[in-house]
Parts: sequence; structure tokens; C-alpha cells
Amino acid sequence: MGKRLAGMFWALVFLAVPVLGVATFAVAPSINVWLPKDVSEHGRQIDSLFYFILVLTGVVFVATEVLLFWFIWKYDAVKQQGPATYIQGSHTLEVVWTIIPAATLLFLAIYQMNAWADVKMRRPAMAPTVEVVARQFEWRLRYPGRDGTLGTADDLFLVNDLHLPIDEDVLIQLKSMDVLHSFFLPHVRIKQDAVPGMKIPVWFKAREEGAFDIVCAELCGWGHYKMKGRVTYESRAKFDAWLERKYAEQEATQPQSEAADVALVR
Amino acid sequence: MTPPTTTASPAVDHGHVTVPAHGHAPHGGLSHFLSTYVFSKDHKVIGLQFLFSTLLWFLIGGLLALAVRWQVAWPWSPVPVLGKLFAQEGGQMAPEFYTMLFTMHATVMIFLVIIPILAGAFGNFLIPLMIGADDMAFPTLNMLSYWFMWPAFIAFGASFFVEGGAAAGGWTSYPPLSTNVASSPGSGWGQTLWLLGLTFVGVSSMLGSVNYMTTIILMRAPGMTMFRLPMTIWAMFITAVLQAFALPVLTAAGFMQLADRVFNTGFFSPEGLVVNNLTSGPGGGQPLLWQHLFWFYSHPAVYIMILPAMGMVSDILTCFARKPLFGYRPMVYSIAGIAGLGFIVWGHHMFMSGMNPALGITFMVSTMMIALPSAVKTFNWLGTLWGGRIQFTTSMLFAMSFVSMFIIGGLSGIFMAATPVDIFIHDTYFIVAHFHYVLFAGTAMGVWAAIYFWFPKMFGRTMNEFWGKVHFFLTFIFLNGTFFTMHILGAVGFPRRLADAYHYETFHHLQPMNAFMTWCAIGMVATQIIFAINFVWSMFRGPVAGRNPWNANGLEWTAPSPPGHGNFDYQPIVYRGPYEYSVPGADKDHLMQTDPPNAAAAAAAAAAH
Ligand SMILES: [Cu+2]
Ligand SMILES: [Cu+2]
Repeated sequence: MGKRLAGMFWALVFLAVPVLGVATFAVAPSINVWLPKDVSEHGRQIDSLFYFILVLTGVVFVATEVLLFWFIWKYDAVKQQGPATYIQGSHTLEVVWTIIPAATLLFLAIYQMNAWADVKMRRPAMAPTVEVVARQFEWRLRYPGRDGTLGTADDLFLVNDLHLPIDEDVLIQLKSMDVLHSFFLPHVRIKQDAVPGMKIPVWFKAREEGAFDIVCAELCGWGHYKMKGRVTYESRAKFDAWLERKYAEQEATQPQSEAADVALVR
Repeated sequence: MTPPTTTASPAVDHGHVTVPAHGHAPHGGLSHFLSTYVFSKDHKVIGLQFLFSTLLWFLIGGLLALAVRWQVAWPWSPVPVLGKLFAQEGGQMAPEFYTMLFTMHATVMIFLVIIPILAGAFGNFLIPLMIGADDMAFPTLNMLSYWFMWPAFIAFGASFFVEGGAAAGGWTSYPPLSTNVASSPGSGWGQTLWLLGLTFVGVSSMLGSVNYMTTIILMRAPGMTMFRLPMTIWAMFITAVLQAFALPVLTAAGFMQLADRVFNTGFFSPEGLVVNNLTSGPGGGQPLLWQHLFWFYSHPAVYIMILPAMGMVSDILTCFARKPLFGYRPMVYSIAGIAGLGFIVWGHHMFMSGMNPALGITFMVSTMMIALPSAVKTFNWLGTLWGGRIQFTTSMLFAMSFVSMFIIGGLSGIFMAATPVDIFIHDTYFIVAHFHYVLFAGTAMGVWAAIYFWFPKMFGRTMNEFWGKVHFFLTFIFLNGTFFTMHILGAVGFPRRLADAYHYETFHHLQPMNAFMTWCAIGMVATQIIFAINFVWSMFRGPVAGRNPWNANGLEWTAPSPPGHGNFDYQPIVYRGPYEYSVPGADKDHLMQTDPPNAAAAAAAAAAH
């Protein structure tokens, strides 16, 4: 009797895996430990793909874990009479459980290509809105000056305070001065490593106003944890007004030529 | 059941085998002691040397993990015990110390624990025993493969005490952070020692892998065809092949990084770097080159870190389900498939790196497909349990938990393989959850299954089952408490490797959850005290095991426990596959691989096909 109970106990321990696993994911959104708010145009593609894979893997997870529990529960040597079933395998089953996952995985692979291409391959034909240059441990920003072109003497230099207009494509030119960093904007589902020696384009379209975190997601040294910036998404009008204010501030504090020297940006 | 001669004495004479290193006989006590226990060429002694060394490093790696978890849960609060050792102001850790901790936690666990405990400890101990050989093909190389670990132990160990501390560029050592001395305190001597340590681990692995391949190909007992090999041996064989082909790339890359640091060659640094306001290096290099070379080794290494555990778990599951392995050949082919595909998926670590996004798509497709052989293996393990007669030994509990946990680790991998989703979860706790499910909840649980299973063969005594089960139960609970929660933390985008993330508006509410995980991690490490005591106590006081305490059917169970020098007291001859459990018509519930065929069993086997 005691041995029977022991087998049942262990089987239930294994059943706890799918039960608590599903419970964790079910509770997570209600305690706010879940995907942060998305304010981007392309983010819904990423999020819906996340949910799609979550459901797909969730079904497989529950099915296989429950099956494992059931076999442990049922085929306890103490409960069963006689010897085990002598079977070396099944050709049919092997074919079935090879073909079905293969087809599913292949579908998943093809299905996601479009979202990836939208975020990383179909770059909008436009001049950069802003250049972001990472360095230990801050985000240096360079906006085109009043002349509208980047790389001229009247460029605007800022640190950690990124502003971007909503409802239109923005193109960020991402660089690094020293080591690897990663430009992570959780609320618009953007992440891209900044690599010294490379100029990497990053683009997206924000849909909503608001201010959010810029996080560094690639280890860049002891101060990695504090490499924090803020990004503010605002209407075109507010963005233009903000730019105007910043132009004025920069012009008031220093002559244009000096501004270009100060920022160690090439 | 047991072979004809049952002399359990380890000093059994065996006329048929030539035993190397047995020649120089009476040499006095010390040199005998040295050649038997220290510079031994006996694969079993070398295996145990690997086992003891790696278990000690496992403890160190675990304590490093606790220190990491301490900082994540309660940033900047004084660290108990460790705070006094590496005193900062008030015993709190500095952020550079934190980066060093997680770098060395991963380094120790990967290079000094998982890889050497699988191939070094179990590969060494089991390969000759399970194929019916008296030792490895090259005993001296084998001895060297262990002793080359020592320079690595010393290099990694000493690096904690040099100026600037141990390496702090992450276990992946991405340049320029790792090559540019000005970029981080750990990029001084610590990083140089790290590279040296890595090289020595590589030499050790290479010596081992050459030996394993040769031994498995050439030294199988009569009748032991390739398709009669137990899964453990298949896994060890394919792991050795992976090592042999992937390691040279890492070694070369390591030397290039060393040259960048020592000779300023600039393989991995572009020109015009300005680090810490210092312009440095001639440039002309590419940081992404290192990532390609590093992952060309380190992705196959992921399989080096799991395949042997898969093999051992397959053998343990069949034994305690008293059933043949379901789909032996598909299991072999899927290991081979994993190994082959394993060479063309490395780019999935670089989706966000700046690598051509079109190339990212190819790596995404190959990565999706590598999930397939893992799925096939999982289904076959379930098939093995179906219709079995499960015996709830500690070893079996660990083996079944390997399957349960590997399902989680395998499925979570699909999220990262999906490139668009990876944009969000890359370098968050989601990936931390994923690889801990594969490497801790998977491999480490498999290793415990193997320790409880083969302990009687190693020491002639069995471990305590009651405390073994307590060890299993607590480890299982605490590991899920620690690691499962990481998935949802990753869903928030909670980044890894941050000394303090709570000053971000996005993450500031996650501290209580991290504190919970740290308490679970503390419980998990504390639980290992039970294991340590059980291990040491059972070595000397455990119940004496016969040759075959589990009624298993592999060749190792026909040898004495522990086997003497030369392993077998008679020449094993193999008549059948490794999983003949519950054969209909047989007079006992398992047929050893050495049991000659009889009419009834042959008829039943034919009927089953
Ligand atoms: Cu950083
Ligand atoms: Cu990989």
C-alpha cells in the first residue's frame, strides 16, 4: 500500500509541472509581469507571433507533460501485473511524429519571415531622423540642424533624451564609439546591437504619445546597468516645437562650430 | 545472472588482456600511490578524478550563482559571507564585481563542470566498460586530458585574485569589451587568464575526444556491433566528433583574441575606437568575426553539453521501466541529425548583432528544423515509458525529470528561434530561463540520474535511496521556482546581466519576484548538502552492491563493482542489443548483452519484429 502511494505521489509531482506552468502564465498578465504596452505599428505582428507560439508550444507542453504524468501514474511496477510490454518501436508512429512537427516548424519558419522583413529588411527610403551613438554608458544623440541634413555644423547634440514624432516612419542611424551595446526600446519592440565600425539602420513607426525607457541590452562594461535613456513619442507639432527649443538652447550656450567639436562623434 | 567467476576482488588476474602501465611493478609505496591514484592511466580512476574535480567546481559555480542572485534580488545590499571576502564599502558589491560574478559563473559551469563532467567523468568511466574494452585506446593521452584541466583550473581560479579581478566580459567574451583593456577592469589580466584557461580546457577536450572516437571504433568487444551500442555510447561518440570538428575554431579564435590583447593585432576591432576617452588600436578588424567564430564552436557545444545526458537518461529510463528503448534507430539518427544541423545554426545567437538580416532568415530556418530531432527523442522517451513497469528509484526520478524539464527547455527555444519574437526577448531573462532549463534542469538532472545509477559500479556501494529522493524532490521544486518564473520575467523584457534594473520604470516592480527566485536558488544550493553527505557517506558506508544491483543488461554490469584494473575478469562476448528487458519467453526479466541466445528468446524476438 505504501509503495502504491509513493508511486502516486511521484506521478502527481510530475503533474504539478503542467498545472503550475500553465497557472504561472495565466496569472502573469494580471500581476503585470507580462509584455509591456506596445505603442508601435509593427509591434502587434511580433506580439501576435509571440502569442501564436505560446499557444502552440503550450498545447504541446500540456499534452506531453500530461502524457508523461499518465504513464508514470499508470505503469507503476507496483500496480501492474506481469512483465512490461515488449516493444522495440513503431515505424508508423515515428513517421507521424516526425512529419507533423516538421510541417509545423516549417510553417512557423515561413510564416514569420514577413514580420522579420518589415522590422529589419524593408528600410524606408528617407534621410535619418536622428543618429544614436552608444558609448560607455550613455546614448549620444545627433539630430539634423535647421538645414535638415545630418553631418553639418549646425547639428543638434543631446544625451539620453530621445524625442521622436508619432504616426510617421522614423529612421535611426545606430553607431557605437567603443564597445558593443544594444539599443532596446521595449515599448516599440525594437532591439538592435550597436557595433563599433558599423552604421546600422533602425526604423519603426510609433502610434501613441508617451515617454518610455531606453535600455542597453548588450553587456558593455561595469556601468551597463545604468546605461538608461528616455524616449518621448509625440505629435509632429510637439516634436517640431521641442526641436526648435533645443536648437535655441544649443545656440545660446555655444557657437555652432564648438558644438561639433564637443561631441566626439564622427 | 552473474558471470562464472564471482571474485569481487579488484585485483583479479586476467590473462587475456594486456594492461598498459602494469609493467613497472615493485617501486615502493609513493610511486605506486602516484601511479595508481594520481597519474593513473586507468580510465576509471581518470573518470573519478574528473568527477571529483567537476563536482567541486559545481559547488563553486553554484556559490557564484547565489552571489549573482543576491545582487539581482537585493541590489547594493551587503552580501553575506562573500561581502567580507571581497570587501567593498559596507560589504556591498561593486557593479564591476557583479559583471565578473556572472561571467565566471557561466565560465565555471560550462567549461569546468558540464563539459568535463559529461565527457571527462562519465565518458571516461563508462566507454570502455560499456563496450567491453579493458581500457581506452590511448591511456597516456587519457591521463593527459585530465592533467591539462589543471592549468585551466589554476588560470580560472587565479584570475579572481589578479588586479582588476577575473574576466568580466561575459562568458561569450565579445570584443572590443574583452580585448580593450581600457573598457573594463576585468579586461586586464583576468581576461588573459580566461583565454589561457579556455585553451587548456580545449586541449583537454581534444585529447579526450580523439581517444573516445578511437576507442569506440576499434575496441568494442566481439559481437558489439555499432547498432548494439547503448545510447550512452552513441551520444559520447557523436559528442566526441562534435568536439573534434568544432574545437579548433574556438582555439584559433582564442589565440586571435589573445593576439589582439597582447600584440595589438586588431582582428576584432575596427579603427578609430574611442574607449574611455582613449583612442586605441590600429583597427581593421570586425567585432562580428569573433561572434561567428565563437558560436561556431559554442553552438555545437550546447549539444556537447546535452547529448551525453540524453544518452545516459535513455539507458536509465529503459532499465527502470523494464522495457526496450522505443525506437532505438530513430534515437541514434536524431542524435546524428542534431550533430549535423548543430553546425549550421550558430547564427541564431546573432539575430540582433548587425549580421545581415537575410542571413538571419537562413539561420532561423535551420534552427527551427533542429527542434525536430529533439522532438523525436522526446516522443521516443515517452514511448519507452508507455507499457513499462516503472520502478521509482532516485535515478529514475531524475531521469524522468530530465524528460519533463527538457520539454520546457526545448519548447522555449522556439520563441528565440522565431526571429521577430527574438527582437523582443533577445538578451532578456527568457533566454536565461531557456538555457537553464536545458543545462541545469536538463543536463544536471541527467548527471544526477547517472551518478545515482552508476555509483554502485564506481564504488561498489549504492547511495541512500531515501535521502536521494529527498534530494530529488527539493531540487525539483526549487529549480522550477527559480527558473520557471524567469520566462515571465523575460516576457516583460527584463534584461540579463544588469546589476540593478529597478531604476527603469519598465522593470521597477519586478524586485519581489526576483527575491522569490533568489530564495528558491538558495534552497536549491542548500539542498545539495544532502547530496554531498549522501555521496561521501555512501562511498564508505553504503550498502554493498553486487555486480548488477539494478538488473540492467549492459556490459558494465557484468564486471565486478568496482571493476579492477583491466575491467573484466573474463572476455565479454556480445550476443544482443542493450535493451532486452521483459523479453517474452525468457526465463528472467532481462537478458544481459552477454547472454547467449536460446531458442525461446530468439523466437520471441522474431515474433516481435
Ligand atoms: Cu550596455
Ligand atoms: Cu545556439
